[in-house]
Amino acid sequence: MDTREKDIEKLKDYKYGFTTDIENIKSPKGLNEDVIKFISNIKKEPKWMLDFRLKAYERLKLLKEPNWQKPKYPKIDYQDLYYYSAPKSMKDKPKSLDELDPKLLETYKKLGIPLQEQARLNGIAVDAVFDSVSVATTFKGELTKHGIIFCSMSEAIQKHPDLVKKYLGTVIPVTDHFFATLNSAVFTDGSFVYIPEGVKCPMELSTYFRINASETGQFERTLIIADKGSYVSYLEGCTAPMRDENQLHAANVELIALDDAEIKYSTVQNWYPGDENGKGGIYNFVTKRGLCKGNNSKISWTQVETGSAITWKYPSCILKGDNSIGEFYSIAITNNHQKADTGTKMIHLGKNTKSKIISKGISAGFSDMTYRGLVDINSKAKNSSNYTQCDSLLMGNKCGAHTVPYIKNKNFDSNIAHEATTSKISEEQLHYCQQRGLNPEEAVGLIVNGFCKEVLQQLPMEFAVEAQKLVGISLEGSVG
Amino acid sequence: MSEQLQSDFDKLVKTSKFSNEEIQFKKNYLDNFIKKGFPNRKQEDWKFLDISQIIKKNISDLSYFNDYSKSNKIDPSIFVDGLEHNKIIFINGRIEKIDFNFEDQNKIEIINETKKDISFDYENSLIDLNSALTDKVLKVLVKKDYSLKKPLIIYHSTSDKIKSTNINLRLDFELGENSCLKLIDCFGYSTARSFINIFYNFNLEKGSILKNYKIDKFRNNNLKYSFNNIEQDNNSVSETFILSAGSDYFKNEINCNLNGEYSSAFINGIFSLKENQQHEIRTTINHLVENTKSYQLIKSVLGKNSKSAYQGRIFVNSKAQKTDGYQLSKAILLDETSEFNAKPELEIYADDVKCSHGSASGSLDENSIFYLMSRGLNYQQSKELLINGFLMDVVEKITDVEIKNLITNIIGLKQ
Repeated sequence: MDTREKDIEKLKDYKYGFTTDIENIKSPKGLNEDVIKFISNIKKEPKWMLDFRLKAYERLKLLKEPNWQKPKYPKIDYQDLYYYSAPKSMKDKPKSLDELDPKLLETYKKLGIPLQEQARLNGIAVDAVFDSVSVATTFKGELTKHGIIFCSMSEAIQKHPDLVKKYLGTVIPVTDHFFATLNSAVFTDGSFVYIPEGVKCPMELSTYFRINASETGQFERTLIIADKGSYVSYLEGCTAPMRDENQLHAANVELIALDDAEIKYSTVQNWYPGDENGKGGIYNFVTKRGLCKGNNSKISWTQVETGSAITWKYPSCILKGDNSIGEFYSIAITNNHQKADTGTKMIHLGKNTKSKIISKGISAGFSDMTYRGLVDINSKAKNSSNYTQCDSLLMGNKCGAHTVPYIKNKNFDSNIAHEATTSKISEEQLHYCQQRGLNPEEAVGLIVNGFCKEVLQQLPMEFAVEAQKLVGISLEGSVG
Repeated sequence: MSEQLQSDFDKLVKTSKFSNEEIQFKKNYLDNFIKKGFPNRKQEDWKFLDISQIIKKNISDLSYFNDYSKSNKIDPSIFVDGLEHNKIIFINGRIEKIDFNFEDQNKIEIINETKKDISFDYENSLIDLNSALTDKVLKVLVKKDYSLKKPLIIYHSTSDKIKSTNINLRLDFELGENSCLKLIDCFGYSTARSFINIFYNFNLEKGSILKNYKIDKFRNNNLKYSFNNIEQDNNSVSETFILSAGSDYFKNEINCNLNGEYSSAFINGIFSLKENQQHEIRTTINHLVENTKSYQLIKSVLGKNSKSAYQGRIFVNSKAQKTDGYQLSKAILLDETSEFNAKPELEIYADDVKCSHGSASGSLDENSIFYLMSRGLNYQQSKELLINGFLMDVVEKITDVEIKNLITNIIGLKQ
């Protein structure tokens, strides 16, 4: 066995499927005003934050769960969920890593995310979120030197209320759709990033999300603000234990780029996808939206979606500032009984705005994949352009691949180009690779990696390697 | 709406000679329609152009009753010159004349029916409305191995005698094995504002060929909806061409089921819109068996305040290996106020397929205009030449030379 095969052998099962046996504090089961007050209280939030939540909850009562998506799922009983769960040891926030529960440290070590700074070879600052709370944020000292704020959302509400108040809910208002509003009412933790004017963030910032407790929904909220002329690259990774039940993950992510600022947001999503019969797995219903508020700003989304039983998300860009740029690069892989309905929205409002969408979908087994996207060029968005390319690859005739783009051009100075193809790996390509000594699985791996290359090369170095491996593993067993 | 509809329906029943069974049958469809109402933007298929709003804005309340017992005068000026053809003439929704003088009468059969079931699943309430209010369903049968010598032109016209603001008509076509029919729909001038709801049902048996050309060229204030359902058996070919330019509102919907191997469907369309026109083409091609092919090309030229939408859907069943599906929509926006919407959709469950779609929209290419102007044309001429070439591309797809020339002349394009 060569090393690659060994790698695959090792990773064949969902290696992040373990649970950490740790004592939890949970909110009472169910969704009501008391639970929201409980969450707000345990996090010692100021009154305006509680009002924000309650306003969202009022709104939520009026909203209905959307049902236009392709993957259908059994009705979720929102009263049968815990909306808050945190390790007991986190109640009195540990001052440093030395005080952190060793079990937590162990968990992250097992996940390959050591929290001790000296253990990291390369400088990536990590914010680790365990169920409903952020357990640790690394490299804080180094970042503070540059004036960068990188901390958990709860901490930001305490320490930087002005910034949070000013920006929270400006991109995803509390009156948005069902899941976003649910999140606004019950969100627990997440990351907060503020990059001051003119600062190029010296290292990659990253958050690692972990769902551990059962019957718990994870509702994290991330807010990233890049002030004038700044730059930040942010990574996000996620895993969860293997369980028979479906767990809900409904996060909100808001990005705001002011004049000349750039935000690069990368996700490698590897939530537990359920077993090969489609039992269990995470429902990943996430709202991600970026606002290019200032002129010449840029927001770029890159995502590698391999996990989750159902992925349902559309990271979007609102291009409000003149000359702003939105980008979306995506690889989505579904295998077994996984389902994905993902894509992006590019809403052009400012002049000379540009957007680019590259989406690669691969479906195998009994899975179903949909690309759904919107390109909307407003009548004021003079001289704007969009280019969209979405390609799908099918493996076997039990799976499905769908493309549903919405294209709206209301400006005669602007151009929209859209291309989509659906195909399978051709016999010629396979034959060529096998002739040169690769076995069928390696050949498919190679071709798929080539298919995904355009997106993979957008990822930061370390993620790219992991993502490439993940692509291979996700398709394991689908060839033959 | 429903009171008016109910009372107009009662009047229709009184003036026509329907049997009790037929009345009950129509009543069911009426109830369905009243329950569903006109489609609106909450329904995915009607997202871009909301017909209930458009009707409200343009006609306000519809009236539905037409007295089919009285005949209308035919105005011969509507006839197409320079092309010998068979005729079916509809005036105000009533069949005034059926003329197959060029054909072998034994090979064509025309049947009048009133009760006609709908053989496919649908959610569209306009089909319910159509089934409730149509007078007669005309069925044209082309027998085995017969190709019509001349094309059949169906004239859709309205006279000023029209009482209602809604016309419903339905035609069924059955093409026997290896038969061939060329069908042209001509939509004439009209001053009246009415909502016209047309439903065609085609059944193509093995090896048959259908060519359908829909020509809506002359500016009129009608709101039109046309639905074609096409069922295709082995080796059959359907070709549909749509010129969508005349009416205030026109939605052409085509549902094509490729049920037989080696069957193929071609849809080509042109939108040429000005002042306040809103047009849409929506296609659904269902590839249900192996080795089927579909090709779609839709081009728009959009002037001031106009809006076009194209919704194309290719569905590939898990059995339908070796499918070849292609879709391309292009639009030129000439004015700040023009708008183009597209939703090209692929839904694929088989792996050995070749499916792609493309969509592009934007203004006229300044470089091309510069090139032409540097060769002595003025701005207007260059613009016209470019648009001419852009649309000619679609007309070139018409496989019948005679009809191609006719359509080229009607649109006013230069070869």
